[in-house]
Amino acid sequence: MRIPCPHCGPRTHEEFTYYGDATVRRPSSSSPDAVAAFYDYVYTRDNPFGLHRELWFHQGGCHEWLVVERDTRNHAIKGAVPARDVFKAGESK
Amino acid sequence: MSSRLAQGGMINRQQACRFAFDGAEYSGYAGDSLASALLANDVRLIGRSFKYHRPRGILSAGPEEPNALVELRSGARREPNTRATDVELYDGLQATSQNRWPSLRFDVQAINGLFSPLFVAGFYYKTFMWPASFWEKVYEPMIRRAAGLGRAALEADPDHYEKSWAHCDVLVIGAGPAGLAAALTAARTGARVILADENFALGGRCLAERRTIDGQPAADWAAQAIAELRSLPDVRLFPRTTVFGVFDDGVYGAVERVNDHLPVPPEFQPRQRVWRFIAKQTVLASGSIERPLVFGNNDLPGVMLAGAVRTYVNRYAVLPGRRAVIFTDNDDGWNTAADLVAAGGQVAAIVDSREPVIVSELSRRFPEIQAIAGEVTGARGGRHVESVEVTSRSGTSRRLDCDLVAMSGGWSPTLHLTSHKGNRPRWDEERSIFVPDMLPAGMRVAGAANGDMTLGEALVTGFRQGLTAAAACGFSGSMPTLPRVTDESTRRVPLWRVRQASGKCFVDFQNDVTADDVELTAHEGYRSIEHLKRYTTLGMATDQGKTSNVTGIALLAQQRSMSIAATGTTTFRPPYTPVAMGALAGHHRGMDFRPTRYAPSHRWASELGASFTESGPWLRAEWFPGPGESAWFAPTCREVKAVRSAVGLCDVSTLGKIDVQGPDALKLIERLYANNFATLAVGRARYGIMLREDGFMFDDGTAARLAENRYLITTTTSHAVQVYQHMHLCHQALWPELDVQFVSVTDQWAQFAIAGPRSRELLQRVLDPQIDLSNQAFPFMAAGEVRLRNGEPARLFRISFSGELAYEIAVPGHDGDSLIRALHAAGQDLGVVPYGLEALNVLRVEKGHVVGSELNGQTTAHDLGIGRMLSTQKDFIGSVLGRRANLIDPARPRLVGIRTVDRNAKLAGGMHFIPQGAKCSIEHDQGHVTSVCYSPILEQWIGLGLLTRGPERHGEKVMVVDPLRGAEALVEVCSPVFIDPEGARLRG
Repeated sequence: MRIPCPHCGPRTHEEFTYYGDATVRRPSSSSPDAVAAFYDYVYTRDNPFGLHRELWFHQGGCHEWLVVERDTRNHAIKGAVPARDVFKAGESK
Repeated sequence: MSSRLAQGGMINRQQACRFAFDGAEYSGYAGDSLASALLANDVRLIGRSFKYHRPRGILSAGPEEPNALVELRSGARREPNTRATDVELYDGLQATSQNRWPSLRFDVQAINGLFSPLFVAGFYYKTFMWPASFWEKVYEPMIRRAAGLGRAALEADPDHYEKSWAHCDVLVIGAGPAGLAAALTAARTGARVILADENFALGGRCLAERRTIDGQPAADWAAQAIAELRSLPDVRLFPRTTVFGVFDDGVYGAVERVNDHLPVPPEFQPRQRVWRFIAKQTVLASGSIERPLVFGNNDLPGVMLAGAVRTYVNRYAVLPGRRAVIFTDNDDGWNTAADLVAAGGQVAAIVDSREPVIVSELSRRFPEIQAIAGEVTGARGGRHVESVEVTSRSGTSRRLDCDLVAMSGGWSPTLHLTSHKGNRPRWDEERSIFVPDMLPAGMRVAGAANGDMTLGEALVTGFRQGLTAAAACGFSGSMPTLPRVTDESTRRVPLWRVRQASGKCFVDFQNDVTADDVELTAHEGYRSIEHLKRYTTLGMATDQGKTSNVTGIALLAQQRSMSIAATGTTTFRPPYTPVAMGALAGHHRGMDFRPTRYAPSHRWASELGASFTESGPWLRAEWFPGPGESAWFAPTCREVKAVRSAVGLCDVSTLGKIDVQGPDALKLIERLYANNFATLAVGRARYGIMLREDGFMFDDGTAARLAENRYLITTTTSHAVQVYQHMHLCHQALWPELDVQFVSVTDQWAQFAIAGPRSRELLQRVLDPQIDLSNQAFPFMAAGEVRLRNGEPARLFRISFSGELAYEIAVPGHDGDSLIRALHAAGQDLGVVPYGLEALNVLRVEKGHVVGSELNGQTTAHDLGIGRMLSTQKDFIGSVLGRRANLIDPARPRLVGIRTVDRNAKLAGGMHFIPQGAKCSIEHDQGHVTSVCYSPILEQWIGLGLLTRGPERHGEKVMVVDPLRGAEALVEVCSPVFIDPEGARLRG
């Protein structure tokens, strides 16, 4: 599998470290239902059959966290963008 | 060399190769395979079969070979299950038959054949069911011994293996006519082309068939194509290279047998090299594999695939038999008869299972050969075929003497690589073959691999696919003029099995699966091809059923009265042919498994004779043996005592160090650490703990505030990478708005602990004399920049892991060696002692500091007695879930100290706590001992452990047990801080 790093170009997956779901957002710790919200955030995951957005870290390259869109059925990768762009924009899905 | 033809073939008769098989000496030529050389020497019996120990010879001439498996070479280089048909002959080659005892010619287990009713499909499940205890003790060892394949070498492999990458526009797999054609058209456009072929000679069937292309022999056409490809700058040819797997995004795994054709690889060269080819486009031109016919005793040595017979005759100039019977269900089989006759062989008859009208039409083209419309029902012979029984369509039977049976059940496209990504092939009813259907992205198929079986079709599809592949990469070219080739016919009427067969009819030769086994499976109710495979083991041997899968499917379909299309096929997975684990590992073995990191004091420590141990990726000194000291115990005790009474030096550079800077540095640090850092002043350091978001302990270390907006944080050695990655995740994904930057500086700084009551005195001697180290000027947990006596800058931290008055001093990495030497020299009169990891561990256990054994991913701050550090005033990673009631339950196993009641008793890490008087069982387990040491200060074994309700139980006596090694001891539970609980020493 090769991941198109926006900084380094297409690189083999061994250079990256997988983290997981990039669609979850850290809840506010001050909300009244914080424990339930954090429980969901840490433990509850969708298991999509198809396109999924995941966090990968380019450990062997630019040290950038990327949001990679991957098809779980065949590992086809649609694209990768810096996580900071996605998360700064406050995008949720 | 009685079977070698006087002329012809692609062998070099000027270069003889001596070789040995089962100890006997033979001779062949360069250009031979081991199989062709054995046939040339009339060696027909090569091995014994897996289950019935039946004599087996050579079936094929390629990677599909299920029978002729040998152990190649000897000693540490012994390689089992090597296909003699694939092995390139070299001078000095040694091969041994396998799976026979006591000898190949006489094998006692051949008697298994008489008990064959026991060995039917599913025999493992049926026969060895009862009694259950017999499985492990009797049946399995017996089966393993009896059904062994070759023996692996027992010594470590002395050779090297490499891994490498290569990139191209167009990868062409297979250098037969289709592959060469594809490579030519692609390369002529200027595209970067890689052409790989598993064989040592490029050309594929061009080398094996008597065909012409534009009036010249096909082999000459191939030679010209190869010469042209070699002349092009962006073409790389890879003979002896098997593309074994298709992976995601155009990544192809291949193994190049760089030096397998030599007895020993030349110095500094690898035996094999695993390639990863990165291809934008791929043309698969892997050809096809012929199917055996299913008749009685079709496994006898001397029964061969018809196409393989042509390979031996035409390419290797070997006549595999004097008098042949051809048995075919298709037109192609007739070519074998023609080639044998042309080479001077005798053909007793050609037996064609099709309608007499087809047979008589064909026999007009071969008037000199007796043609019989009928079937071979069985072969006869002891260790070699001597005759066959033939039944004609009219019902008459006769016996034909022969020493070779060339059989052809048609050819199956070699489409394995098309399905490695999960696509299944499609059944083409008209041609009775599976053909590629959905393909991996970027792949196209040419020639026989796509079902285009004739030479003409191979060239056309090859040229076209090469051109389209190059076009897909942005290169343009044009179709060459198509060469003239001789007409061929591939008509076939499938004969899946001979009905009136006498004797065992094998489908899968390597796993000894017969047609009866397949039919029995159907009778027993199995419908799925996947069940057939697992129940009979059909296709599950090292050949992966290359010659048997399609026939097995067809027989199952017949039995269940289903179409072959509906029966389906099993999935092909990498590797296409077996790949040595050593090749996949490459250089990553032994100490080269991963890079070794050396601490800055490594050279100095080596000179002192330190013993080293691996600590994560680092090599660290574990103790420094003194005169007359040998094992770990004496030096460790001496080093600990020196730290507690004088001063010791230890390299702590391996701790992770991260430099954090920016206006929001404090904000990030506050969110990373569970405890408060807002009150940390410039010039001070503080111990900090990090949690995971689930509330469990992640890591611990110190953070020093070097300036208003600059912090230096340390991590444990083992978590350095994870913490750094975690910080980036927090910064990039959680709080990208924070204006902060950080970088790992672990390698940039050498850092040494100077610990012990005389550490201040020693330090003073290496620092600029102006620097005030008094408690007022540089108190406990102070941190700051200092200068060495020579004026060089350094950082000083007054932190203590040992519990003594202690400092850590850091200098740029390249100055570490000179500083450690200066410290060691300056402190001789103070009794300075270097200490290693073992002493460091004793010192921290005595002081109750936690490390990886306690920070094991399952413990909380509360468990480790530091729950009160968790801030309630801020949001930090783990702040919400760390407060969950279950994680602060006092009944959880929590940190305690333990000391043995009997001062002579020993402890071991991993012992479990059991209440006194309770049975040693899982219900009474109350936690485990995490760290132990012999304390030379307390003069007894002590430890740390996680004990249920531990802190409430100080003073209680409990048992610690190690049922695995049969050890136990009575211990007293106590505070985890054994030495100086008030902390007076470290503030001294």
